[in-house]
Amino acid sequence: MTSATSADPTLSRRPEAIRAVAVRHPGRWVAGAVVLLVAAMMVNSALTNKRFGWGEQAKYAFSAQILDGVRITLVLTFASMLIGVLLGVVLAVMRLSPNPLVSRAAWLYIWVFRGTPVLVQLIIWANLGALFPQLSIGIPFGPAFAQGETSRIVPMLVAVLLGLGLNEGAYMAEIVRAGILSVDEGQTEAAAALGMSRMATLRRIVLPQAMRVIVPPTGNETISMLKTTSLAAYVPFYELLFKTQNIYTRTYEVMPMLIMASLWYLAMTSVLMVGQYYIERHYARGATRNLPDTPLQKLRQRMARA
Amino acid sequence: MTALPMVRSENVHKSFGRVEVLKGIDLEVSAGEVFCIIGPSGSGKSTFLRCINHLEKIDAGRLWVEDRLVGYREGGGKLHELRESEVAAQRRDIGMVFQRFNLFPHMTATQNVMEAPLRVKGESKAVVRERALTLLDRVGLRDKADVYPAQLSGGQQQRVAIARALAMQPKLMLFDEPTSALDPELVGDVLDVMRQLAEDGMTMIVVTHEMGFAREAGDALVFMDGGVVVEAGTPRALLGNPQHERTKAFLSKVL
Repeated sequence: MTSATSADPTLSRRPEAIRAVAVRHPGRWVAGAVVLLVAAMMVNSALTNKRFGWGEQAKYAFSAQILDGVRITLVLTFASMLIGVLLGVVLAVMRLSPNPLVSRAAWLYIWVFRGTPVLVQLIIWANLGALFPQLSIGIPFGPAFAQGETSRIVPMLVAVLLGLGLNEGAYMAEIVRAGILSVDEGQTEAAAALGMSRMATLRRIVLPQAMRVIVPPTGNETISMLKTTSLAAYVPFYELLFKTQNIYTRTYEVMPMLIMASLWYLAMTSVLMVGQYYIERHYARGATRNLPDTPLQKLRQRMARA
Repeated sequence: MTALPMVRSENVHKSFGRVEVLKGIDLEVSAGEVFCIIGPSGSGKSTFLRCINHLEKIDAGRLWVEDRLVGYREGGGKLHELRESEVAAQRRDIGMVFQRFNLFPHMTATQNVMEAPLRVKGESKAVVRERALTLLDRVGLRDKADVYPAQLSGGQQQRVAIARALAMQPKLMLFDEPTSALDPELVGDVLDVMRQLAEDGMTMIVVTHEMGFAREAGDALVFMDGGVVVEAGTPRALLGNPQHERTKAFLSKVL
């Protein structure tokens, strides 16, 4: 009887499990060999070519000047990203505003700041005094309440933060706008039907859901920003690359110092990537039924099993 | 003296671009009534429903909820558009349930229900929480209080959506094809909740394809087609003995 066999699988005659010859992958072996060969050549070169100057690198990697440069680079990265994100949200909301003047003003801002090189913008901000020697606060076209030297009011740090932050704002505006537009219209309607205001809807309903679309490219922007801060060396401002250049103009160890700086940048971007992973996971809440385990959770489970 | 109707519509017109979807809707919904609207897709029934809470702006005619014009104010012989905040204030008293639920996916069931009373009315958290749990209990989902919408079935989501609308303690509930996006076996639970609500005396306007619900729970029924009300009456009369050819043709297809 079929019903009996399907109800109790142990009684049915289960066919023998399939034992087939697996498909061969000769391509994998060839690729593996090539990769190993190239890797061996690179390691060999790194070990035998004295010009890499590993000792020199080790000597300076954790010196006070370099650590100071690392600190400044991190400060520049996070401060200008903070400016960029806040400005980006404001600009994105402005661009989606029903008020045509507000929307066009935002468009104009994005057009200018995205359409010119950030290095040029940095240099302009750093030399703002050449354009406006004096800055003042007062009534437009009327008397000024306070005024002062531009170079005093906008020191180099502020100029660099303005340059990087205002430029980033233009990019973040587009990212945030894409995020807002990705949220289903039904969400805004449901909030409106409940009597929520446009701003409350944006803050409580739309932006939290837009985050899932906004966060991954923002992580990219942060990583990109960490590297873009090196342009400040040409303003000049004493971040990591500037400090590195300071050392090699003295010691003439150009390549070792540049490799050392690259390793620092690589280490910092790696840390940012880990952070990005956890933030993305946080905003996936409610969108996926079950979140995948984090590497740490996987490790713990493996330890518990062992 | 007759009581003021909950909703009164006078010659309401609405166009999307060049397409006129409402071509003069006249009707009245009394307080406590379950008012059902049926009709083929594209007949304008959902659009009319969305006009009642000003999700759509009407182009001509007048629409009142109780004694207030929807979306406008009359003064000095002119119509003035209401400010955004005034429109929002009008909507607080009108609950709406959508075909596709539109629950907030980043919030649990309870948070969905609590959001509007907390943020819009500024009620105290303890009071709102208590009410939210009572409402979830009423729609049979007390055990799903801390679950996100993605983990609920369509029918469960729609019942949370009903609880969310009720949390604002509205005097009028609008249902926009609340069961059309549901698997057949889940429709019953949602209709049960709606029937219970009707028995409790809630004024409800229901755009639906559920003729059974209209017949049993409805007090009034209109058949819309091509942007006009073709026929109106009691559900029993309209479904049992339709007068108009178009009504007969529609009912012969759905019954």
